[in-house]
Amino acid sequence: MPKFQFAEPRALGPVAVAAPRRVVGPRSWRSADPGFRAAMAACSFSLLVTAILIFWELLSQSKLSLHQFGFRFFAGMNWDPVSGDFGALPFIYGTLVSSLIALVVAVPLALGSALFITELCPKRLKGTVSFLLELLAAIPSVIYGLWGIFVLSPLLRQYAETWLETYFGWTGLFEGPPFGIGMFAAGMILAIMIIPIIGSVAREVVLAVPMSQREGVLALGATRWEAVCLAVLRNARTGILGAVILGLGRALGETMAVTMVIGNTPQVSKSLLAPGYSLASVIANEFSEATGDLYLSALFEIGLVLFLITLIVNGLARVLVWSVTRGMPARANV
Amino acid sequence: MKTPVNAIRCTGWAGKNGIGIARRLRNNIAMGAMVMSAVLVIAPLIMILTYLAARGAGSLNWAFFTHIPTPVGENGGGMANAIAGSGMILLIASAIGMPIGIGSGVFLAEYGRNRLGDILRFTADVLNGVPSIVLGVTAYSLLVVTQKHFSAFAGGVALAIMMIPTISRSTEEMLLMVPHSIREAALGLGIPRWRTIVSVVLPAAKSGIVTGMMLGFSRVAGETAPLLFTAFGNQFWNWSPTRPTAALPLQIYTYAISPFDEWHRMAWAGALVLILLIVGTVAVVRLVTARSLYKVMV
Repeated sequence: MPKFQFAEPRALGPVAVAAPRRVVGPRSWRSADPGFRAAMAACSFSLLVTAILIFWELLSQSKLSLHQFGFRFFAGMNWDPVSGDFGALPFIYGTLVSSLIALVVAVPLALGSALFITELCPKRLKGTVSFLLELLAAIPSVIYGLWGIFVLSPLLRQYAETWLETYFGWTGLFEGPPFGIGMFAAGMILAIMIIPIIGSVAREVVLAVPMSQREGVLALGATRWEAVCLAVLRNARTGILGAVILGLGRALGETMAVTMVIGNTPQVSKSLLAPGYSLASVIANEFSEATGDLYLSALFEIGLVLFLITLIVNGLARVLVWSVTRGMPARANV
Repeated sequence: MKTPVNAIRCTGWAGKNGIGIARRLRNNIAMGAMVMSAVLVIAPLIMILTYLAARGAGSLNWAFFTHIPTPVGENGGGMANAIAGSGMILLIASAIGMPIGIGSGVFLAEYGRNRLGDILRFTADVLNGVPSIVLGVTAYSLLVVTQKHFSAFAGGVALAIMMIPTISRSTEEMLLMVPHSIREAALGLGIPRWRTIVSVVLPAAKSGIVTGMMLGFSRVAGETAPLLFTAFGNQFWNWSPTRPTAALPLQIYTYAISPFDEWHRMAWAGALVLILLIVGTVAVVRLVTARSLYKVMV
């Protein structure tokens, strides 16, 4: 009997010893492996099936309208359910214009705040500011709409729109009576809604730029702003573009808030203050009242257009963002 | 990645520390702009929360939680049926969406480190960006048309479809944070792979997965667009999942676009209740986990 004995395996902890006795069962358990894998795969494939099902359903339901109008659907200015003539141009125009207004307002602010959090913010404030940004993203669309109708749009009517008309009326973009409801208001609401999306993705991308890049530039005598420009923005530009496109995708498909403030008038107007209509809003407003197969089919085709646009835009954004952040280790609290 | 050195121009007079005045000025302006944009971004949030608290709190009373809506012109009434209906729809959505989402996350993390996994991940991200109104329309033509009536079930399915990508991504991310050595230890003891995942890996990532589930829940809790043509709304009590059902966001929308002041008041009260539910969930998530899980939400 040797004097020295190794400690009992039990001493390694309860997992090492207790686990196998409890877990290893009859041989047949091992054969459950393929079944488990298949069940998990089924869950995952449901994503792919859902996406294909959505596309297929939209396509088959809009067949009637696709046959009837063809390409004319996208160029037609007339949306007349009574005479059965459907052109989607006013909705496409409204969606694009309101989303562009949103981007113009949101991109500088979102980038600025993302850079503030990553480059400037004192450590103690970081958590709070990020939390507030997340909260902004968590507010439901319908509450943005409610606030838009009763708070934002009167404010815009009283101050912003009259001001724009006085000083920028000559551009022709700000004409007509300031309703407070219209494409400008929709753009502003959308801007507030997509800022947290652009901001948080941009933050991730900016954090993916290695610290040594900043240090190198700072060591050469650059100011902090120059370091941001040369080391951070230059290296993160692809990802930031992805973040912006991701925000655009969200703005294009946003429904409730836009429906509540855009004015719901199918027209193409040069003035941004005029009421408009968007692809998503026309579905929200008219779908449950649509009578007749052609009317319903035209609305399904609008859904199809919306689906395809967001598919392309989101796919593009993901590829761009992944090209920057892929391979980065999971980061602790940022 | 290369940084051109000559791009750092030395303009202006060399001031203190050799930094020119123009450069210092530009630096200060840019830093100021960053602070300003952070303030400008947070300002609307404060405004929205203030208005909700101010206008909503005044209209909240006991009847709001116990009574169903009254006809136009009659005072009083509440949104009890909408709160219950939202609860039922969200329960259905969670019952469908959470298991599938977690299962999908398990597949992507444990078996999906390959081309197929990349395709599925990409699909999840793309599905995440599909407008909610499109999901509503599809659920309408797949479920409502075939069953021939609006139902809480159809609404629940539409919301579940929104929930799955979020939960799948967050579950995957949490599972990937579990060290490989733990899996190897279990496998080394002869435990089958499925049992390793169920009994060792999943428990280790439990808190993170729960966080993702709550975020997925809070994301769909306020959704209106997918319910417009599926749950449809209802002015009365309904406990059957196969009948049209009221939901809090739907009721807020109906009241907000109505021309009646009394209904506007109710809309603000409903919005306050909804935001408390959602902000409460997000805040709990934030308190429980130090790590920000936000990026899987967008």
